[in-house]
Amino acid sequence: MALIVFENIAHSYLRSPERMEDYALRPMNLTWRHGGAYALLGPSGSGKTTLLNIISGLLRPTAGRVLFDGRDVTDASTVQRNIAQVFQFPVIYDTMTVFDNLAFPLRNRGVAAAEVRSRVVEVAEMLELTKNLQRRASGLAADEKQKVSLGRGLVRSDVSAILFDEPLTVVDPNLKWRLRRKLKEIHKRYSVTLIYVTHDQAEALTFADRVVVMHEGSVLQQGSPQELFERPTDRFVGYFIGSPGMNFLPCRLSGDGAEVAGQFVPLAAALRTKAPQATGLEIGIRPEAIGLSGSGSGLAVEIGDVEHLGTRKIATCRLGVHEIKVVVPPEQPIASERGVLNFNPAMTRLYADGRLVG
Amino acid sequence: MQKWQDERAWFLVIPVVLLVAFNALIPLMTVVNYSVQDIFDPTHRMFVGTEWFREMLLNTRLQNALVRQFVFSAMVLLIELPLGVAIALTMPRRSGWGLSAVLVIVALPLLIPWNVIGTIWVIFLRPDVGLLGHFIDHTLGIHFDYPTLPMQAWISVMMMEVWHWTPLVVLLAYAGLRSIPDAYYQAASIDAASRWAVFWYIQLPKMRGVLTIAVLLRFMDSFLIYTEPFVLTGGGPGDTTTFLSIYLVKLAVGEFDVGKAAAFSIIYFLIVLLFSYVFYQVLLRAQRGVVVR
Repeated sequence: MALIVFENIAHSYLRSPERMEDYALRPMNLTWRHGGAYALLGPSGSGKTTLLNIISGLLRPTAGRVLFDGRDVTDASTVQRNIAQVFQFPVIYDTMTVFDNLAFPLRNRGVAAAEVRSRVVEVAEMLELTKNLQRRASGLAADEKQKVSLGRGLVRSDVSAILFDEPLTVVDPNLKWRLRRKLKEIHKRYSVTLIYVTHDQAEALTFADRVVVMHEGSVLQQGSPQELFERPTDRFVGYFIGSPGMNFLPCRLSGDGAEVAGQFVPLAAALRTKAPQATGLEIGIRPEAIGLSGSGSGLAVEIGDVEHLGTRKIATCRLGVHEIKVVVPPEQPIASERGVLNFNPAMTRLYADGRLVG
Repeated sequence: MQKWQDERAWFLVIPVVLLVAFNALIPLMTVVNYSVQDIFDPTHRMFVGTEWFREMLLNTRLQNALVRQFVFSAMVLLIELPLGVAIALTMPRRSGWGLSAVLVIVALPLLIPWNVIGTIWVIFLRPDVGLLGHFIDHTLGIHFDYPTLPMQAWISVMMMEVWHWTPLVVLLAYAGLRSIPDAYYQAASIDAASRWAVFWYIQLPKMRGVLTIAVLLRFMDSFLIYTEPFVLTGGGPGDTTTFLSIYLVKLAVGEFDVGKAAAFSIIYFLIVLLFSYVFYQVLLRAQRGVVVR
């Protein structure tokens, strides 16, 4: 159990990094609260795994310090940091039984046999591995193996944090859901810090109470799933989170609203006053926060493709050169060619040069 | 859909049968032919049945060569496998200049023609001008004369064999080590595993497949060894380093006992076949055991 703090951490895999692009992880300050369930979310190559390996101590950062409860552990080994980590592909010791696999980290630390036994039995019970305890681990299915990997992290009652590096990649979709629930259960029961790397937003948003969105080696936003959805602080976050992502429309302030492709969109006064008198302004609006109707006042658009997804429909509308995705309830009829859009003012955001204004 | 049988399908295997016949069966049959006849000259020959076989099986020189051969192969396996694995473990894990250099140096003995290997060692072991021979004889002060001392002849042949073939085991073991994902080592360090535990629970099990191949190859090759000891010791002193092949050639070429040599060849062939099969089955079962249990 520990409060983990990153102080000006940066990392490059090159020997002598010069430009910002040479860094896999750009200078950052981050705090991981004790007992939090974090998801590290970002596309492939955004530095998630690098960040994880710096926490666990498998990687020494090029610059900055890592603090555990105020203690500098930048040079401490993984064992000294007392971290558990579960990897993308299950790591099991082929020649050992499931029991011995689970007992391995404890035995290596010189824990007494009776204590080892009770810990292993408890963890196996929770992970539903009890009936396989005496089997060779190499004969198990991929998801069972991954549970064994996970179990090796859980048997140590005093770990500072458990790190997951896309651990459900090899697992069947329906089992994924069960294992994810298991993780939540574990989190509740042991209130241990969990840090979970994924590129799957559904996984991140259901698992975590704090989501850290990464892109090109930087942390763009850290917040609850709801914050990320409602107030993405960066254009990338808006686009990356949500399916489909946020719509962005270049605009110009005019009167008590904004002008988009020659048409008028009303904006809240608070938003307008915050906006800098600059170019590069964009309106950001979630597809779920747009109303589509056949006629009336609003933004007149052409309606293109409509996707039917069962629980909802996604209409692709055209406004001049811009494309706007709109989520429509399944029962609502959609006119074939022209329609009118209305933006929910409470959910309309303004961005300047890709950053949230308000 | 109804399936129907057509025996004519057997004709499809004719090309393979012909190929195997010409490159294996027919040559082998000439040996069988010799092994059951006593041939004086091309016009005078006599069918002798199993006489050559009986004679060879009761031949004490052959029996001694066979025992010698097993001892030799067993020692080869016992020395080369642990040594090869040990060397592979010390090699750099990451690609780069250093690794390339090490690989070339390690593989060098495998690239040298076998009779040249024998010649190299003949010179290397000479007490007057050979580096090692001179070192043992003059610097260590041990009287070194392998052509006349059986123990020294054996040690010399073993050293040459180990020098020549351990690299193969090193390369196989190294290939096995390289295929282990980094996550295993990372997980082991997180689990606070000792260096020994990493070897015993991760590296050795992951090398099992390649080491199986190494055992098979080294057993078969060492069981058939001829060229290098023939050049180094010629099978001497006396018969002390006469392995099966060397004895076979002595019989066939030296004494021109073609009938006996042919019978012996067939026995030899069957022994190799039998042992390779047994080895393979045992190792296969061991491997399957891991998966099933």
